[in-house]
Formats: sequence, structure tokens, C-alpha cells
Amino acid sequence: MRARFNRSTVIFLLGCLVVFAVFQYLFSAGVLNAFWYTLIRIGAVMAIVSIGLNLIYGFNGQFSLGQWGFYAIGAYAAADITYRWTQLHDTSGLMVLLLGVAFSGAAILLLGKYLNRVRGLDAMSAFAIYLLFVVLAVLVGVWIARPLIAPTTAALTALPEAVSSQIVFFLAVILGGLVAAEVSFLFGLPILTLGSDYFGIATLGFTIIIKVLLDNTDTMFGLTEMKGARGMVGIPKDTTWFWVFFFLFVVVVVTRNILQSSTGRAIVSVREDETAAKAMGIDVGGMKTLTFVLGSLFAGLAGGLYAHINGFLHPSNFNFIRSFDPMIIIVLGGLGSITGTVIASFAWALVLEGFLRIVLPEGFETWRFVVYPLLLLVMMLLRPKGLLGTYEIPFLRSVMPPRRKRERQVDAQGLQGPTSERQSEGG
Amino acid sequence: MNATTTSAHRQLTGQWLVRGRWPGRLFLGLVLAVIVWKLVESLLAGPMVFVQQLINGVQLGMVYALIALGYTMVYGIVRLINFAHGDVFMVGAFVSYYAISGFRLHEWPSRVFPGMADGASIAIGTVTVMILSMIVCAVLAVVIERTAYKPLRDAPRISALITAIGVSFFLEYFGALDFVFTPSFITYERPFPVQTYYIQDGIHLLQAGQTRPAGSITFSNILVIIVIVSLILLFLLSTFVQRTKTGKAMRAVAFDKPTARLMGIDVSRTISVTFALGAALAGAGGMLYAIAFPSIVFWMGIIPGLKAFIAAVLGGIGSLPGAFLGALIMGQAETLAGAYISSPMRDAIAFTLLIIVLLYRPRGLFGEPEREKA
Repeated sequence: MRARFNRSTVIFLLGCLVVFAVFQYLFSAGVLNAFWYTLIRIGAVMAIVSIGLNLIYGFNGQFSLGQWGFYAIGAYAAADITYRWTQLHDTSGLMVLLLGVAFSGAAILLLGKYLNRVRGLDAMSAFAIYLLFVVLAVLVGVWIARPLIAPTTAALTALPEAVSSQIVFFLAVILGGLVAAEVSFLFGLPILTLGSDYFGIATLGFTIIIKVLLDNTDTMFGLTEMKGARGMVGIPKDTTWFWVFFFLFVVVVVTRNILQSSTGRAIVSVREDETAAKAMGIDVGGMKTLTFVLGSLFAGLAGGLYAHINGFLHPSNFNFIRSFDPMIIIVLGGLGSITGTVIASFAWALVLEGFLRIVLPEGFETWRFVVYPLLLLVMMLLRPKGLLGTYEIPFLRSVMPPRRKRERQVDAQGLQGPTSERQSEGG
Repeated sequence: MNATTTSAHRQLTGQWLVRGRWPGRLFLGLVLAVIVWKLVESLLAGPMVFVQQLINGVQLGMVYALIALGYTMVYGIVRLINFAHGDVFMVGAFVSYYAISGFRLHEWPSRVFPGMADGASIAIGTVTVMILSMIVCAVLAVVIERTAYKPLRDAPRISALITAIGVSFFLEYFGALDFVFTPSFITYERPFPVQTYYIQDGIHLLQAGQTRPAGSITFSNILVIIVIVSLILLFLLSTFVQRTKTGKAMRAVAFDKPTARLMGIDVSRTISVTFALGAALAGAGGMLYAIAFPSIVFWMGIIPGLKAFIAAVLGGIGSLPGAFLGALIMGQAETLAGAYISSPMRDAIAFTLLIIVLLYRPRGLFGEPEREKA
């Protein structure tokens, strides 16, 4: 048993503090200009998305391409709340989403207690039941929220402008994450029963469906402030270095704590061998749902942060092509390595947007995306296991013993560990 | 997991839910009923328009089928979702564009043999262009396979997948450079004039300037050409796979790679042949697609490629007839959903269809159940 608070924890906390302070100084002193400031914040946002995906794919072995869809949900949900607050001065977005999320979350939890006892319930039936109750809960939530909008608006207006906007922003990001998490729960119910590649395809379909929905927010859903395919403008630019750092820190620590708990070992065991995990009494479906929801929660949080960096959202930002970005990052950083994911996210943002722009001569801007895939190919050929492999800094390192060499070779074969290796045998 | 649940307790807590799986079926049944009702209603409201939509769907579905076969063959043999396939399709369209607009290759028979009949010369010229773009695509695919995928054959599958995405990005953005395909839309010059026919008491040619009579169904020679060419290519492919030695080797490698190698099959060569065949079909598909929708751009391969891939999955990935039927279903679903349910949502509807099919038939409509291999 490792002590909860030891040397590596102190080093990690001090390191975080130093990194935060140094960058804060660099930004406020103007050493790094607004361009680099945006890049660093985008890197941190990508780190949050990618940690979520690494949890789903790297640690749990579910090949998901839906991360970008949940990111989009979080971004639009959070942006809607802050937009309504800053531009329209009402808290309708906040209260409706708050109560809707709270009631549907409560419905899911209560229903889960009941439905967990039902053996043999097929995925589609579970989905239908949950969907019915979630819709009812949201309707109840909206109905209760309506009379509460005016008093909350008054209460928030009474506060100083700086405080109230930060409160609304913070709640908006959290709610964006929760909306994404609940959607992922509902969507995951039927989808998580599919095999690895098919799961990937279904989640890719989800990303595309979300993009199509976002294109039609104004015409089909009456959410005129989102402006559909024209792009949403007028979102307050509230995401500061402090906020992205704070959320990244929380996400890293939460992921680390989960992975080092018995739940985390159960999650990893599902990746290693589902049948063996089931034989050990692990709730395989529950673990898959848990990681999927948690990963999507992180994606939603990151989306909320992203929405408030540029103050502009466009459905084309959430194109399915972009859903490969987090996948590329976690493969480059190393599947199952949080350290690698964070480093690769910043490297990705800095190299793609910053470094390549500077290195390439004038007039060769478009060569950026020609060089980028070539870099990717070279990386894959030279280091197919990612930059850092499964290296972790001591604070994040799991207490599990290192795997034996033979097992690792077996794992290298399949998308989903040893089980799918048997299907894709040979070279 | 509630380990202490007794059987009596379990009966109290909702075994009735499980019996017959009725909530899920009810839900799906309702969704399907709404769709069927919508379709039947629109069929009754305008049977001619409905048939017109079906015809448009066939045209789209045939092109998807040509792309989907490449996906399904490559997946069946190396278990790789070849994301670069859609971009090979795009290259096919561009090669035919340059051959036609740049080199006037489709006019060679009338130049070489001035006395030739017009129809024959156009047909031979067009077929030449198509064969050229098929060959270029096949060579491109083999080069990609040899340089990018082959070194990774023993690496984790995700590395190969990321590499495929990288190749796809490379083809797109290299194509977007000013001296390659340029980043803007290009108008595609058809090698033959479009002729529209309408069906009303027999098939008539629609004259220039004539509006189509009310209540008739129209189709163009493009539709006829797409259907005929696709069917010929599909027939050739299936003959190749079923009758030739290389085709047998392909099936053997897809079935069991190590054993195929033990039987003396050159696995590496067989994989290259598979890539080449798939790419050749995609090249032909690219040209047909450009003829049908005459505006080409460097990213044009992404969406048809994705749709074709979805079609391959729908039909059961790894199965050739599955890919063909899946593509036809996909074409119909897309046009019918666009026409009768919601035009902006047609992609979303197509994918919802895919997800529902996967839930009830996880290996696709014609996919074989997963084999247990030692």
C-alpha cells in the first residue's frame, strides 16, 4: 500500500505550481504574445480531451472516435449558457440546463439502481427505458426551472460583474461536461455492446450526426443564438490560463486517482481480457460505461473551455475529420500514458499551428498539412508505440507491477489487446 | 453487481421487463413505423416522384458500391480501415479530368481514325480514360501500401490506422497545393454530352429546351452508363475473385494468413493485388462520380469514401455481395431520407440506420459470424 501523500505527490504539486506560475508570468509580462497564449490554451484543452480518450481507448480498450462529438456538445452547451448571460442578461440557459441535467442525472441514477438488478435486459430495451425517463426528467426540470429564471437573474445581477460572469462561466463549463456525460451514457448503452471496430464506426457516426445537428440548430431546433451553419459568435472570452490549468490539473488528478483505485484495475483488466475479467467477477459492461461516460465528461469540459477561448464556434470545427486529432495525440503520446498524452497534446498544438507556421517560408502556409502527415508517418514508422510508450512520471505511475515482456508483445498486436489479436493474426 | 439478489427478489424486480425484450422492440418498432408510414404516404402522394427518387438512389448507390468494394476487400484481408481509399477515389476523378480537359485523351479514336462513327469513338475514348485512371489509382495504392502500410504490418493495428489517416491527409493537402489540383472547385468536362430521357408511354428523348412532361420519370444517359459500367466491373471483380488463382489466394489470405503462407501463397503480393484492385474500382468510381456531379475538388473523396465505408460495414465488411447491397441500400436511404424525411438530416439518418443495423446484426447484413481461430 502506498502512502496517499508522499514525495512524488509533493514534487508533482510543486511542479504544477511552478509551471502555472512561470507561464502566468510569461503571459502577463508579455513575453509570449496573444498567438502563443491561444496555442498554449488550446494545447491544454486538447490535453483534457485526449486524457478522456486515453481513458476510453488507452486504458479501457474501447476504440472510440466519438470524442469530438462530445467535445462539440460540451462546447455548444457551455457557450449557450454564457451567451445568454452576457448578451441577453438572463439565466434561462443556465437554469434550464442546470435543472435538466440534475433531474435527468437523478433519473439515470435512480433507474440504474433498479435496472441493474434486472438480468438479461437487452441493450436496446435499456436504452428505450432510460431515454423515456430522461426525456420526462428533462421536461420536469424545464418546467421547474422556468419560474426560477427571474429570481436567479436578479441574484446574479446583484453581484459584481466580474464575479457573476466567472460564476456563470464555471457553471457553464461544468454543465457542458455533464450534458456530454449524460448523452454519452444514453448513447453508450446500446453502442458499448458492439465489438471494437464496430464501436469505432458507430461512434464516428455519432460525431457526424452531432455535426449535422449543429449545422441545423437554428432552423430545426429554434436555438437561434447558435446560428446553425453560420457559426456562433458573441461568446465571452472567459477561458484564461488559470481556468485551463485548473481543469487540466483536476482531470489529471481524477484520472490518476481512479486508475490507482480498484476500479482502475478493473478498467485495465477489461482492456487486457474481457472474458478473464468477467470470470474474476468484474462488471465488464459497467466498467465500459463508466470509462466512456468519464471520458466524455472530460471531452465536454474541454469543449466548454474551448468555446470561450476564441469566442466563436462553427460546426466545421467539429467535423468528423477532426475526431482523429485526439486519437492521433494519444497514439503519439503513448496509449495508456497520461504524461505522454499531456506532452503530445501541447506538442501537437505547438508544432501544427505554431512551429510549422514559423519554420515554413512565406507563401508555403498550405504546406503545413503536407508536412504534418509526413511527420505523422515518420513517427509511426520510427516509434509505433508512441513518444513515451507507457512511461509515467512517478506521481501518475500505477502501483501495478510492470507487465511481463511476452504479454506486452501480445498486446501490441490487436486494437483491443489479446482478444482481438486472435482475429488479426499474422503479419 | 448485487450478489445477494435472490431469485424471488429478482422476479419482483422486473423480470417482466426482460421477457420478450419488449421495450427495445417497441421503441424500434415505433421508429420504423414512423419511417415506413412517411415513405408509404409519399409513395401514395406521388408515385412518379417516388420512383424518380429510387432511380436517383440507384445512381448514387452504384458509385458507392465501386468504392465500398475496395474498403471491404482491404479490411477483409488486412483488417485495416483504409481511410486513404476515399482520396484514391478523388485522385481517380482528377486523373480523368486531366486526361479529358488537358490531353483530350477521350478524342483519340476520332483523331487517329477520322472516319470512325461518333458513338463508337466516344465510347472507346471514354473507356480509355477510365482505364487510365484505374491504372493510375492502382499504382498509387500499391505505392501507398508498400511505403506506408507494409512496414507496419506487425505493429499495433492502431499505428496502421493512424498511418492511413496520415496518408489520407497527405493526399488531400498535397492535392490542395496550387500546382497539383488547386484548393478550389474545378468544373469537370464530361467526355460525352448529356442526354435526358423521360418515361411516359415509352421512353422518349428529351429535346434541348423542352421541359419534362408532368407525371413522367426522367433519367439521363449518365445513369445508364454508371449502372452498366458498375455492373461490368463488379462482374469482372467477382469473376476474378472466384475463378482465378490470385483470387483464390486473396480469399485464402483473408481467411487465414499464417496458413495461407504455409501453403506457399505470397501473402505480401496478394495484399498488394488486393489494394490495387480496390483502388482501380475506386478510380473508375471517381470518374463516374465526377461525370454525375461535374464539380471536383481536393476533398471530394472524404464524404463518398465515408458513405461507401459505412455501406461496406452495413453489408458486412469482408463480404463482396454485402458491400454491393449495402451500397445500394445506402444510396436509397440517402436519397429517400433527403427527399421525404429531412433534407439537411439525411447524413444523420443514414448513420442512425447503420447504428440500428449494427445493434441487431453486429456483423452487418451479410457478414459471417466471427470465426473462432486457434
